[in-house]
Amino acid sequence: MAKVDLAQFHRAFFDESNEGLAAMEAALLALDAGSDDGELIHTIFRAAHSIKGGAATFGFADVAAFTHVAESLLEEVRSGRRAIDAAAVELLLRSVDVVRVMLERSAAGIAAADAESEALRSALAAMVGGAVVATVGPASAAVAGVAGWDVTFRPFDYLLKTGNEPLRMFRELTALGRLETLANLDALPSLVAMDAESAYTSWQLTLHGDIPRAKVDAVFDWVDGDCELAVTERKSASPAVSSTTPAAATPNGPRAVREVAANPDAQSIRVGTEKIDLLINMVGELVITQSMLSQFADGVDAAGLEQFRAGLAMLARNTRELQESVMGIRMLPISHVFNRFPRLVRDLSQKLDKKVSLDLRGETTELDKSVLEKIGDPLVHLVRNAIDHGFESTARRREAGKNETGTLRLEAFHRGGSIVVEVADDGAGLNREAIIGKAIERGLLSSGDGLSDDDVAELIFAPGFSTAAATTDLSGRGVGMDVVRRNVNDLGGSVAIRSVTGKGTTFTITLPLTLAIIDGLTASVAGETYIVPLVSIIESVQIQADGVKSVAGGGELFRFRDAWLPIVRIADAFGCAGSRRGIGEGIVIVVEGEGARLGLFVDELIGQQQAVVKSLEANYRRVSGISGATILADGAVALIVDIAGLVRQQSRRKAA
Amino acid sequence: MAKILAVDDSASMRSMVAFTLRGAGHDVEEAENGQLAVEAAKGRKFDLVLADVNMPVMDGIAMVRELRGLAEYKGVPILMLTTESHPERKQEGKAAGATGWLVKPFDPDQLLATVGRVLG
Repeated sequence: MAKVDLAQFHRAFFDESNEGLAAMEAALLALDAGSDDGELIHTIFRAAHSIKGGAATFGFADVAAFTHVAESLLEEVRSGRRAIDAAAVELLLRSVDVVRVMLERSAAGIAAADAESEALRSALAAMVGGAVVATVGPASAAVAGVAGWDVTFRPFDYLLKTGNEPLRMFRELTALGRLETLANLDALPSLVAMDAESAYTSWQLTLHGDIPRAKVDAVFDWVDGDCELAVTERKSASPAVSSTTPAAATPNGPRAVREVAANPDAQSIRVGTEKIDLLINMVGELVITQSMLSQFADGVDAAGLEQFRAGLAMLARNTRELQESVMGIRMLPISHVFNRFPRLVRDLSQKLDKKVSLDLRGETTELDKSVLEKIGDPLVHLVRNAIDHGFESTARRREAGKNETGTLRLEAFHRGGSIVVEVADDGAGLNREAIIGKAIERGLLSSGDGLSDDDVAELIFAPGFSTAAATTDLSGRGVGMDVVRRNVNDLGGSVAIRSVTGKGTTFTITLPLTLAIIDGLTASVAGETYIVPLVSIIESVQIQADGVKSVAGGGELFRFRDAWLPIVRIADAFGCAGSRRGIGEGIVIVVEGEGARLGLFVDELIGQQQAVVKSLEANYRRVSGISGATILADGAVALIVDIAGLVRQQSRRKAA
Repeated sequence: MAKILAVDDSASMRSMVAFTLRGAGHDVEEAENGQLAVEAAKGRKFDLVLADVNMPVMDGIAMVRELRGLAEYKGVPILMLTTESHPERKQEGKAAGATGWLVKPFDPDQLLATVGRVLG
């Protein structure tokens, strides 16, 4: 028959194996933390078992061989022959890492095993008690020609209920050689007493031919124990010269395997991201059409207007629902990212001899897939930092009267149209003196006088800043908090820090729900329309000319609450043609980005609207201070202001 | 053409089995664990059930026991997909009422040969 191409199942195998490894790791960590939940070991065993089975089936022999040994160890634990101890957990956790790498290599088509995996495999085997034993194939000695076999077969009465059928078995024997059957009906009861589902007949069979014993046994393999069976050799009249060659599997003729794409898993479909992007684009267009229609309705004054309006309301609702469900396809729970932290926290805290318990919350909170993929690294950095610098040593915590075990909280939740992820430790809080000292040393400051705690906290986001007295191999990797902030900003989000001396530090990351659509405030500037992302806006104010202070270099400042903020005139920043308005004739939108605030001066506010983000880079070129564009209801293009970019420009100007 | 229920918690394994059997002209339904398999099987008549042993929620052995308790599955062939490393599982499966087994790893040809063996 046409070969079934197993490669088509590889992707699914790798995906589910990685899920299995994650489950295995989580369960191992729970065991490590002292849980005695009996289900954990079954979960671990099942994961190893499935990976082994799949790897063997799909031809990844190295992975299968490795997981086989791990499975043997787990089997001993599962069956109660061995207690799971810290050493075993450690080995198994390392196995998870190794298998993960082996799977990656297998997916890339390169040899999966290496010195490390082999060393670990030996260590596992040593723990199981014995060297890695190669599976010994059945050494069936070639039987010198037999004339055939006499078989006495007396099924127990329940045999038919197991789904086995003597007739089928006889047919299999017939395929091996000439078969004589003699049924013994002595045990057959009267028709009235007969149970149609019970077996009453026994047989005396004679199979003629030089047939290997193993082939005969194989036919009765499944009913071993469900019948009386005796197989005896018929003496050969003339011994055969050589052992028989098993009949080559008869080709059944080409049987085409129809490409009926099976949907392997109705609950979780894996969809190509590009397809979804297309859908999102289409929905974007729909949104535009709908708002065009709305505008039209405002100008029409016909009799059917009421109906037309109702239809539009419907269209609006449908569009919104469609948009929400389509966006939903891209959303994945943040547990995908959080999952790696139990292991990371365990390993790091062990290494630093600190006691840390991890408190994960809001793991089901969903994030856009592309945001999810990029938020992992910044979070890892924050977690490493917290364990390395945030928590005090166990001794110092005891002295301070705190619980020896520190708590690291990772929490995700919705707030407004954003997702908030918090990384909070209950450590010592930021060390104000050390930070100021370092900042002065780095030339970022001349003195720390008059700096608020927030100002000091902001310093750690300065490029190249590091507070560790000595660079440790944990967080001092040359990647600082500035990179964390930049990564989050690139996702359209922001990072804020709150620190209380002696109580701990909390990093708050605010992320947009999606990158494809933003909620924005539309404003007009010299006849053009600009969109300011709603997440960045603090409030809009009207100021008078006498409330503005001019500074050297042409900058303007205005008083907002108790601070002086720079004014960025959009018309100047983007070179809009047309008449300039005086400061009292327009509106200042107070925005915040990268921890700094500024005021955007516009002519007037138009309203609030959802904007489908179109890349300016893809359609034109990158423009500093602009993050993208969108199409308005009247078909005109509006630019979306990049607040973080403007803040960066502003601080460069200040530094210059 | 036979109606076959393929039960495995591993999606890749399940789709491989289903794909191979569909290719041979069989009508295949899939279930992700023993519990779902029993629910799918109730009140219906599959000609053959192929089930993994190790599954969450309800394993293959408990599933066989449940199915054998249903009048319509008294004599229906049920094959367990076992691994060579656990011969004792075969006996457990048999004791629960399984017809036979197919040892992993198996390739599509072996699968079809074994299925042919029970479907006659």
